[in-house]
Amino acid sequence: MTAFLQRLGAGTLGITERVGRGHLFLLHVLGGFPGLLPRFGLVMKQIYASGVLSLLIVAVSGLFVGMVLALQGYNTLVDFGATESLGVVVSLSLVRELGPVVAALLFAGRAGSALTAEIGLMKATEQLSAMEMMAVNPLHRVVAPRLLGGIIAMPLLAAIFSAVGILGGYFVAVGLLGVDEGAFWSQMQAKVDLYEDIANGVIKSVVFGFVVTWIAVFEGYDAVPTSEGVSRATTRTVVHASLAVLGLDFILTALMFGDE
Amino acid sequence: MPEAWVRIRGLHYARGEQVIFDGIDMDIPRGRLTAIMGPSGTGKTTLLRLIGGQLRPDAGSVEVAGQNVSALRSKALYRLRQRMGMLFQNGALLTDLSVFENVAFPLREHTRLPERMIRDLVLMKLHAVGLRGARELMPAQLSGGMARRVALARAIALDPEMVMFDEPFTGQDPISLGVLVSLLRRLTDALGLTSLMVSHDVQESLSIADYVYVISEGQVVEHGTPAALRRSTSPWVQQFLQGQSDGPVPFHYPAPDYRADLLAEAP
Ligand SMILES: Nc1ncnc2c1ncn2[C@@H]1O[C@H](COP(=O)(O)OP(=O)(O)OP(=O)(O)O)[C@@H](O)[C@H]1O
Ligand SMILES: [Mg+2]
Repeated sequence: MTAFLQRLGAGTLGITERVGRGHLFLLHVLGGFPGLLPRFGLVMKQIYASGVLSLLIVAVSGLFVGMVLALQGYNTLVDFGATESLGVVVSLSLVRELGPVVAALLFAGRAGSALTAEIGLMKATEQLSAMEMMAVNPLHRVVAPRLLGGIIAMPLLAAIFSAVGILGGYFVAVGLLGVDEGAFWSQMQAKVDLYEDIANGVIKSVVFGFVVTWIAVFEGYDAVPTSEGVSRATTRTVVHASLAVLGLDFILTALMFGDE
Repeated sequence: MPEAWVRIRGLHYARGEQVIFDGIDMDIPRGRLTAIMGPSGTGKTTLLRLIGGQLRPDAGSVEVAGQNVSALRSKALYRLRQRMGMLFQNGALLTDLSVFENVAFPLREHTRLPERMIRDLVLMKLHAVGLRGARELMPAQLSGGMARRVALARAIALDPEMVMFDEPFTGQDPISLGVLVSLLRRLTDALGLTSLMVSHDVQESLSIADYVYVISEGQVVEHGTPAALRRSTSPWVQQFLQGQSDGPVPFHYPAPDYRADLLAEAP
């Protein structure tokens, strides 16, 4: 019993310590943000790297998710004779929920794991150490542009996911199921609100981009500098980032749409 | 002897249970080439990291250019590091940048020189290590010896006051070895660089160094000019310099008796 309590205590202390380190780390990285303004090229490179890396998988997934949404939504709506609302169902599900969430999950798996591996390997091969000795702070030079790049890339990817998804829904609804094209678009335009729906979706994806990239760069920077350590850190990034996205999504959704 | 650029007093450093330095004193003279020798695993690389402020001593002090490194705040430490270069044992080149950009890296980070000038400076440093033609290559395309020479060019890119070379000669063929040896000598003599070199290469070190420290088991075993070292009567030093396997210097990492170990039951 005491052994169990001891292990529980040690585990809790370990987690608390790591969380604390993660926040201190973030503080130092954020300190590097002002210095990025005159060198925005560094950030652009990272937006390109993580954005392009995830673009294909995000677009393809968006297409399929949109198509499935249309099929499923049609089956339900047809019972109520409300199939003209299919456009609203598809677009609201995507913009409010699936766009930000699924794109963030894909981003964690694709770009997040790559970020962790990259930074972890830089640590293992002493590149970060060498930078420190060259009087360059790796938190500012390596980590800060990657974090900012992730925060900017994520909403763009979520937007692409939703846009492609709506197109996929359109093909299925209008092309396959014979829903009226005019009703599909006009209902969507009438019912989707710029602030209520789109802005909230964008806020979600900015938060997800921040959290996923933060976890990814921290895991890389904190990795045990060996091949095994880096591979563990990469796995941890995907698991923790995905859980964080799903947990945060619930909280954000409750805050944004809870009192409707 | 000129004044010391690095002054180490009563340095203690341990990694967990393992004591690496047990109270050593050292003076690295300004504008001279000092060699540090010692068996593998005695802590030579660790010593360079202590001087560079990447590790903190458990006790004692490391002073560089009159400043106590471990007491510096990070701003001041980074300013001091701009005056030092370091060649890492494995090169530690930035793998996402070309050879040219690796050498240009410190210049781009710390100066606002025009592109034209950066190009000239980088090509000069690369020429000195014989790799001007390799500027477009990526680090993954270099051999170990080439990577180390690029790292050397990078270490001297900002024309620092002191450079620490961690085993610069490993993996060099006889020709590049000769070039590097004379390059180190030239840098020290012509530019007044304070050079601190870690090397296993006894003959090379004794032939070019002005001063030599031999460390082992956490202590400075011997120090002096190469000539004095050659004359040393210490059996330890003689064994080390001549590379004999029998004598007071252990070749093995501390271990239980060989015979007993082999006869022991497998766990
Ligand atoms: N990151 C580390 N964690 C734990 N112990 C370490 C670490 N790095 C080095 N050591 C230990 O510190 C001791 C000194 O290591 P160091 O790298 O300074 O040796 P060295 O003199 O440079 O050896 P070599 O000539 O082989 O490069 C070694 O015994 C090693 O086991
Ligand atoms: Mg070493």
